[in-house]
Amino acid sequence: MEDIKTSWDIVELSRQQDRMTGHELIDLIFEDFIEFHGDRSIGDDKAIVGGIASLKGKPVTVIGVQKGKNLSDNIETNFGQPSPEGYRKALRLMKQAEKFNRPIICFVNTPGAYSGATAEERGQGSAIATNLLEMSGLSVPVISILTGEGGSGGALALSVANEVWIMENATYSILSPEGFATILWKDGSKAKEASELMKMTAKDLLENKIVDKIILEYNGEKKLTNEEIANNLQEELEKALDRYSLMSKEDIKLNREIRFRKY
Amino acid sequence: MSLFKAKKKYIRIKPSDYMGDDTVSHLDVPEDMFKKCPHCKNIIYAKDMGDEKVCPCCGYNFRLSSKERLDNICDEGTFVPFNEEIEPKKTFDFPDYEKKLEKAKENTGINEAVVTGFSKIGGIDTAIAVMDAGFIMGSMGIVVGEKITLLFEEATKRKLPVIIFAASGGARMQEGIFSLMQMAKISFAVRKHSEAGLLYVSVLTDPTTGGVTASFAMDGDIILAEPGTLVGFAGRRVIEQTMKSKLPKDFQSAEFVLEHGFIDKIVKRDELKDTLWKILKLHGTL
Repeated sequence: MEDIKTSWDIVELSRQQDRMTGHELIDLIFEDFIEFHGDRSIGDDKAIVGGIASLKGKPVTVIGVQKGKNLSDNIETNFGQPSPEGYRKALRLMKQAEKFNRPIICFVNTPGAYSGATAEERGQGSAIATNLLEMSGLSVPVISILTGEGGSGGALALSVANEVWIMENATYSILSPEGFATILWKDGSKAKEASELMKMTAKDLLENKIVDKIILEYNGEKKLTNEEIANNLQEELEKALDRYSLMSKEDIKLNREIRFRKY
Repeated sequence: MSLFKAKKKYIRIKPSDYMGDDTVSHLDVPEDMFKKCPHCKNIIYAKDMGDEKVCPCCGYNFRLSSKERLDNICDEGTFVPFNEEIEPKKTFDFPDYEKKLEKAKENTGINEAVVTGFSKIGGIDTAIAVMDAGFIMGSMGIVVGEKITLLFEEATKRKLPVIIFAASGGARMQEGIFSLMQMAKISFAVRKHSEAGLLYVSVLTDPTTGGVTASFAMDGDIILAEPGTLVGFAGRRVIEQTMKSKLPKDFQSAEFVLEHGFIDKIVKRDELKDTLWKILKLHGTL
């Protein structure tokens, strides 16, 4: 890994539009993906994609935040900021996975949960709270992978997992550095300074045991292709799920609880 | 025309002559004798607010310190603090954070933004946590998260209900990602308490926002709120920036979230203890 990058460099890399979206990752890593829609209550949030697929022949539930690669996509997916109905859709799919004893894999890349008026009206806080509570009790293994921006409660709502992995140039933080600087110094332009203090890069997060594994995007100086990254992820996921397949439901729950109790 | 030009003669009074002794002055009114209501802007004689600190003109609920809240809710002399002194598992070298913590401790007389313990309400035993908005805006860092987690764990052991008075601006920014992790950590303890068939009542008080709204505050079996409480996830300014327009005044009020179906009931402060007692009683936890 290159050590010369500053935290701000990584923040910028984590936001690049050419990063793999939830859809792309799902298509590259899994087979037979069938997308399911809707929260069974008020709508279908395009910022969250999810459904069932197979990982080397084994059924899994996959959920991803969908950021767009261009403006029109981004308008549809709300720049990867899920609404309450998106979190409820994700939770519905997770409960379904639990019923059919399928592992759950989440890909997280969001600047944060949507913060518009409709999100408040539909209970954004309540939706996230419910996801945290329900994910804490899932009896199937959950692996969450931070693939770009991991923005606050909006990212955590898909990351109460047995293992949390992060891509080399992704971030995970309490708030965007801009928001952080605004709250603490009333000056959003100090985002760069904030990013250094926030310990939000993959390396910092691994050191602080917030994440369990870094998925490389570079091999020395050479940038890996999307296919290469996806292949690595596929292998890592397969290995991890093999480990969990030997564990009882109770142990899977306990494993997740111990992971979070240490904070 | 001299009539109009003539200068009226006033008698000049020098304050010192008038007051005589300058130890007696109008500044002698005790500082907290009168309060200005931030809601209706009236000046109120503090004693008229009562122990509940409610504006007699408009019913606005002044923010209570954790001690005032406990005095209001718990049967006299029954509150026993739990984990009053708890050391953070980690220290944060965030600029000026130490100083800020020290100042908050000095100003509030408590160690962190939540007070937890056990007490009786109308004779019924309960675990109770009260957040204090006077302590760095009630923000949740490691210690707050740990105290609430430990309270749920202990209540599960003792088979007691939990009542939490939320009052928080959200996660403690200075503790960064570790603050975020508290939301998840507490959720596990809430779940285990719930799986044991025990009751959790969440009472939202001004303000309940951010990471606290997005975790345990919204996890109650029953969620109550005081009238006029600010309840929301994102901050008003953030939403206005997102929307590029101004929001109505009652947006994110307790009344607003009640109307949208996210809380069970709004309860006036002077009826809160009685309501909590009835809820506890109906759950057979006597």
